[in-house]
Amino acid sequence: MAVTKVVMPKLSEAMETGKVIKWLKKEGDRIQGGDILAEIETDKADVEMEAFGAGVLRKILLAPGDRAPVGSLIAVIAEPNEDIASVIAGAPAMAPAPGKPTAPASTPGAISDRPAAVPPQPRSEDPAARQPAPVRSPAGPGAESPAQNDIRREAPGRAAPVMAPVASAVQHAGGRVKASPLAKKVAAQRGVDLKVVQGSGPGGRIIRRDVEAATSAPAAAPAVARAMPSVTGPEYEDRPLTQIRATIAKRMPLSKAPVPHFYVTSEVAMDRAWELRDELNSLEGAPKISVNDFVIRACALALIQHPEVNASFQGDSVRVWHRAHIGIAVALDEGLITPVLRDCHAKSLSQIAVEARDLAERTRARKLKAHELSGATFSISNLGMFDVAEFSAIINPPEGAILAVGSVRRVPVAEGDEVKVGRRMMITLSCDHRVMDGAMGARFLQTVKRYLEEPLRLLV
Amino acid sequence: MASHKVDAAVVGTGPGGYVSAIRCAQLGLTVATVEDDRPGGVCLNWGCIPTKALLRNAEVVHLFKRAADFGIRLQGFEADYAEAIKRSRTVADRMAKGVEFLFRKNKITLLLGTGTLKSPGLVEVKGKNGMDTIEARAVILATGSEPKSLPGITIDEKLVISSNGAVRQERAPKSLIVIGAGAVGVEFADVYAAYGTAVTIVEALPRLVPVEDEEVSTHLARSFTRRDITSQTGVKVQSVKPGGAGVVVTTDGGTFEAEQVLMAIGRAARVKGVGLEALGVALDRGFVKVSPRMETSVKGVYAIGDMAGPPLLAHKAMAEGVVAAEAIAGKDPRPVDYGNVPSCTYCRPQIASIGVTEAKARVNGREITIGRFPFTASGKAVAMGETEGFVKVVADKATGEILGVHILGPEATEIIHEFAVGRTLEATLEEIIHTIHAHPTLSEAALEATLGALGQAIHI
Repeated sequence: MAVTKVVMPKLSEAMETGKVIKWLKKEGDRIQGGDILAEIETDKADVEMEAFGAGVLRKILLAPGDRAPVGSLIAVIAEPNEDIASVIAGAPAMAPAPGKPTAPASTPGAISDRPAAVPPQPRSEDPAARQPAPVRSPAGPGAESPAQNDIRREAPGRAAPVMAPVASAVQHAGGRVKASPLAKKVAAQRGVDLKVVQGSGPGGRIIRRDVEAATSAPAAAPAVARAMPSVTGPEYEDRPLTQIRATIAKRMPLSKAPVPHFYVTSEVAMDRAWELRDELNSLEGAPKISVNDFVIRACALALIQHPEVNASFQGDSVRVWHRAHIGIAVALDEGLITPVLRDCHAKSLSQIAVEARDLAERTRARKLKAHELSGATFSISNLGMFDVAEFSAIINPPEGAILAVGSVRRVPVAEGDEVKVGRRMMITLSCDHRVMDGAMGARFLQTVKRYLEEPLRLLV
Repeated sequence: MASHKVDAAVVGTGPGGYVSAIRCAQLGLTVATVEDDRPGGVCLNWGCIPTKALLRNAEVVHLFKRAADFGIRLQGFEADYAEAIKRSRTVADRMAKGVEFLFRKNKITLLLGTGTLKSPGLVEVKGKNGMDTIEARAVILATGSEPKSLPGITIDEKLVISSNGAVRQERAPKSLIVIGAGAVGVEFADVYAAYGTAVTIVEALPRLVPVEDEEVSTHLARSFTRRDITSQTGVKVQSVKPGGAGVVVTTDGGTFEAEQVLMAIGRAARVKGVGLEALGVALDRGFVKVSPRMETSVKGVYAIGDMAGPPLLAHKAMAEGVVAAEAIAGKDPRPVDYGNVPSCTYCRPQIASIGVTEAKARVNGREITIGRFPFTASGKAVAMGETEGFVKVVADKATGEILGVHILGPEATEIIHEFAVGRTLEATLEEIIHTIHAHPTLSEAALEATLGALGQAIHI
């Protein structure tokens, strides 16, 4: 005979509290392991909570609509004759209250310390929703890319259907988004978060038209000369969020909060790279190469040398990538999108230049393909064109780091005892401390710096 | 003179009208219908159904001709065309009686006579035995269409016949010139050719079944040529005059003579004598202009089917009939999806298509992928001895959206529906390939063509 405590499951890494949307069983119902007890709303999705133990649902402690911290007791399953008073008494203490045994510990009749409930698979409409990473959506300046986070974590093998809440978390993609397969694909292609799309199909199902409407809605206003505001006009206006902005707003905190960031900054002498670039760009028929192309190439080579930076935190393990797929933040009026340039380590500088330009152009034209929006192992955000000296970026989970690149400035530099004018550029690496330590980040940065300061290495 | 007071009056009981009347009755409305010919309209009496009976006869004749292929030795056989017509009349009569039965079952009043709209809620019915009037809250016009002719050429139903005459005449001419290679033209060409008529098809556009995908036209032309059906495409008719064997057709590509001419250049909406002008019901290019709820420019007056614009197909009319009925009953009907109406031609091999042609998809600027599967590679088709034709799937490369499907071959008109359902549900290529298709079936060709579009075809 066991008393089973039903606790609020931890359904995502970022999840701290969960809300019971509705109980699907009522007090007195007999429960079999695997029965769906309730629907839980997490930060990302609505999921069904499955019963772990068998018995009678004796007590429900959290009313529908109420929120409780992860790990807190929300219901009790036990046989009808079992005394559960002391278990319930411990309830307000929330967390898996230690020292509140109701039965002799470590006997077969003991309270199961395992969670009584586990989240099963997300209730998405079709298996396509569980395919890895269709969406990589807008990212802020060096910022995280929202919508794909949870989806990306659905990569096969990672979305274990049954797991203890304290173990590595699983996040759910589509959750309960009802959408047609085509709508899902178009959304993935355009970086639209289906959770914010209103469905017009039968039963509120999202169909292609809805996704298209969502992307075209904030059609860029024609550029009109802005008149100087008068002093009598309205003091402010509330602009509706664009799709991209809404997504960023929703997802950004999900990186910044759970990912412990630390930053490492370095100054790079860009004189030789600058000269080399001029030289390369004066070659007849050669593609035009930008400073950022140098940075991409340098990072790609450095990532292969420092795989610990090219890594993702996975709860109970760190995935170290052997290839350098680099996300390149591209500014749009509506927000930022970070398309991915794959296998940068295997590409020449001119190849990178050509492909990065094409990627940026197609990002602006909204002509990216789905696979180009996902799968980065590292990102680069360059605000050099805005004359930004230096800044730090927010990591794009599940990537482990992002490099923020400032402008190349002409500054006085000490050379021996003389002061000369040199070109300098500040780069700042934001690192996920769960993946790497300061020294690892610093070593990586050193390598990047060396490549850029000895740019001929980038050509071989 | 009798006066009927009902919720809905339906003028015309073809497939649009009778379906609409039944749907109205289902929704609790009282309904009176008006028919100037026989219940069931052209479709049941003179069009779809009797011609399918004739085409079945043609198919059986064809099988007899091929009996040796199946090891069946015949001591000659005689195919009596008059009997074929009689059979088709029996079939049509039975279906028309079916409509009368459905009307009785649904307590729908049927008034025989010509209905004219006098005011938005008043229909006058001029019958053999005098005048009736229907006062209705809403009126659904469904007067259909009639065969068109070329300017200056009169359809006398003797030398120059229309489909109306063709389904009635109990004799297959020795020779026939079919003007127009649309569905009606090629179907009658098939029927008459099976019964020994020397058929010449004259088409102004450059190919047979010009609205279909070009590959379909090419293969159909090949099949017809093998059966000694002559096609003259890209040829404009200048005059049709009595003479020679019966009629002489002069074109810009030569002069042809035959016993009869079948005028099959299309159909025109029956909008005269309905009372539209007096009420100011707006027309658009000869058809009644309607809203997505099938309401005309005059409130309370609805129009459906052929008179309400292309495509002039019975199943489109039925779908519109349902929408009109539901709109009148105060429901919020889902409008007809005109982009997803299957088109079927029942010549041999059959033709079925949905969505856009390859050429149209390209013009629309989509990056497409195409899958084809010939019935020669289908086990079921080979076993049946019907290996002519193919399934062709046109899809969007990036999303796998099924843009169009074109089938030429055995039971093509039955196979098309999986794509119709798929498109309604916004399925993509992936959902089709993940659907297990029974083996051996003709529908496997649909699966294989879909696989082909993804570069994964197994059986070819």
